[in-house]
Amino acid sequence: MRITATSVIALRALRRNKLRSILTALGIIIGVGAVIATVSIGNGAKNQVESQIASLGQNVITVFPGSTNTGGTRGGFGAASTLTIEDAEAIEREVLGVVAVSAEVRDRQQILANGLNWNTTVMGESPGYLSVRAWDLAQGNMFTDADMRSTAKVAIIGQTVATELYPDVDPVGQTIRIRNLPFKVLGVLKPKGFSFFGSDQDDVVIVPTTSAMRRVARRQYLSSILIQAQSPTMMSRIQQEVTDLLQQRRGDREADFTVRNQLELAEAATATSKTMTVLLGSIAGVSLIVGGIGIMNIMLVSVTERTREIGIRLAIGAHDRDVRIQFLIEAMILSMLGGIFGVLIGIGASQVVSSQTGMPVLISTASVTGAVAFSAFVGIVFGFYPAHKAAKLDPIDALRFE
Amino acid sequence: MKAVVQLENIHKTYSNGEVEVHAVRGINLTIESGEFVAIMGASGSGKSTLMNVLGCLDRPSKGRYLLDGVDTSDLDRNERADLRNQKLGFVFQGFNLLARTTALENVELPMLYNPKRIPSREKRKRALEALEIVGLAERADHLPNQLSGGQQQRVAIARALVNNPQILLADEPTGNLDSKTSVEVMGVFQKLNERGITIVMVTHELDIARYCKRNLIVRDGLLVRDELVQDRSYSDRELQRIREEEAAAKLTQSA
Repeated sequence: MRITATSVIALRALRRNKLRSILTALGIIIGVGAVIATVSIGNGAKNQVESQIASLGQNVITVFPGSTNTGGTRGGFGAASTLTIEDAEAIEREVLGVVAVSAEVRDRQQILANGLNWNTTVMGESPGYLSVRAWDLAQGNMFTDADMRSTAKVAIIGQTVATELYPDVDPVGQTIRIRNLPFKVLGVLKPKGFSFFGSDQDDVVIVPTTSAMRRVARRQYLSSILIQAQSPTMMSRIQQEVTDLLQQRRGDREADFTVRNQLELAEAATATSKTMTVLLGSIAGVSLIVGGIGIMNIMLVSVTERTREIGIRLAIGAHDRDVRIQFLIEAMILSMLGGIFGVLIGIGASQVVSSQTGMPVLISTASVTGAVAFSAFVGIVFGFYPAHKAAKLDPIDALRFE
Repeated sequence: MKAVVQLENIHKTYSNGEVEVHAVRGINLTIESGEFVAIMGASGSGKSTLMNVLGCLDRPSKGRYLLDGVDTSDLDRNERADLRNQKLGFVFQGFNLLARTTALENVELPMLYNPKRIPSREKRKRALEALEIVGLAERADHLPNQLSGGQQQRVAIARALVNNPQILLADEPTGNLDSKTSVEVMGVFQKLNERGITIVMVTHELDIARYCKRNLIVRDGLLVRDELVQDRSYSDRELQRIREEEAAAKLTQSA
C-alpha cells in the first residue's frame, strides 16, 4: 500500500482547489452542525424534564379524587370530596411494599410573620412527605406523628417563603400566623426550584394534615394521597392493590378516585422530548445526506475534469487501487474536515441558543463522535462511485481526453 | 548488443461496434539497447497503435512482445502498470504535466508509484538530478504555466527519466513546439542517447526524424521501411546555424 504517498497527493489536490473544497465541505459542515445543535438542545430539554420529574419524588403513586355523580349531574375530575385521611391510613396499614404515605390537603392562604405578609400555598402533609418527595430540610426538623395526632400548630416552610418573610432573621423557632393562628416554624426546606408544570415548589408552607384540615382549610377531605413504593418494580402491583382497597372501602359506590403512577407521567414527558429530538435529529441527518450527495457531485465533476491527470498517473505506473484510494481519501478528507468544523459550529450554535433563550443544552460525546463518524462514512459511501469511475479509466482514452 | 524490444508478428484489431479495424497487421521488430529510433507514418497508418503496444498501454490482439526479455502478453493491468513505471519513460506531445504542481513535484510523480518505497529526501534528490540533466534544475519550483513549451517538455523528459527506464518512449515530442525549440528538445534526446539511453519516438516530421539513428516507416499497419539515417542532423550544429542566421538577419536589418 502506498497510503501515505496517496494521502499526500489527495491533500495537494484539495489544496489546489481551495474554494471548491471549502464549498463542498460546507454541505457537511452545515449538516453536522445542525445535528449537533439540535441533538444538544433536545438532550438538554430531555435532561431538564427528567430532573424535574425526579424532583417529584422516587417511585410515587398518587391517588386523586375522581368525579362525582349526584343524581345524574356529573362533576368534573377532582370534584369528588370523598378521599379521607382514613383511606390514607388504610393504604399505609394494608398495602405491602409501601414505604411512606402522605395525606395531602392544599389550600391558599395569606400568612403573616415578622411584620410582613405573603400569599402562599399551605399544604397539609403527613410526616412521610419528605421521604415521598425526596426532599431534605436545610435546617430544623420535620413534624412528627405525635404532632399529627395532636393537630399541632407547627410548620416547615419553603425557601421562597423563608426569604420573603424572614429576609434577615433565622426562621426556625419563629411564629407565623395562618388564619390568625400562630404556627411555630420547625424547619426550612432545601430549595427545589420550579416544577415540571412551572410553579415555584419552594413557595410553600407545610403543616400536619390534621392541622390543615381542622385549622386551615377547614374541610374533611383530602386533595390527594401520595404513596411511595419500595422499588419501581412494585409500582404497578401497588397501584392495583390501592385501587382494589379503596374500591372495597367504598362498597358498591361508583369509583370516585383515580390512581396515577409517576412512571406514566415520566414516560409521557420524556417521550415528548425524545420525539422532538428524533424529529429534529433526523431532519438534520437528511441534510447530512444532502451534503454527501454534494460531495459525490463535486467528486464526479472532479474526476471528469481531471481525466487527463488520471491518465498520466495510470500511464506512469499507478495501479487502479492507487487512483481509487486517492479519490476516496479526497472525499473522506472533505467530509471529515466538514465533520470537525461542523461539530465546532454546532457546539457554538447550541451555546448561542442557550445563552439567548435560556434553554439548557447538553453536548454529549456520543453525538459528537457519532456525527464525525457518520460524516466520514458519508465520505466513503458517496466518494466510492466517483473513485471507482476514476480507477476504471483506460489510460489511452484518458490521455486523449480533451 | 542486447535486444530491449522484440516484437514477433504483432497484430492489433479494434472492434468499433460492427466495424473491425485492423490497425496493426503483423509487425516484427527488434530494438537493441542504445538505439535511437523514429517511427514515421501518416495518420491512420497504425503508428500510434504500435506506440501504445510498445508502451504497454495496450495489449496486442495476436503476437508476442518481449520487453527487456519479459513476455508482456499475459500480464494483467497492474503488472503492466508496474512495468511502465520501472522500464518505460513516457514523453507526450501535449507535455501532460500536472497543472498547479511544481516542476519538481511533477518529476517526483513516477517515484510515488514505484513498488519500492523511496524516502522523500531521495525522491527530491533524484528529481533534482533528472532536472539537472535536462538543464532545468534552477526552475524546480516553477509551475508549468510559468514555463515555456520547450521547458515544459524538458520537465516531462526529466519525469520520464527519473525511474531509470530501459526505454524512453516519445509520442510526437516536438508536435506542439516551434522549430527552434524542437531542435533544442531533440538536442536533449541526442544527449540522453549518447549516455546510452534507448529512445523510440513517433513523429511525422522528416527533418525531426533525421536527428535519430534509425527510421521506421509504417503504412497500413505494416512496417514498410527500416533504414539507418545516412545524413544525420545534430542539434549543436543546427542551433549554431540558426544563431548565425538570426545574427545575420539582425546585421542586415541594422545595416
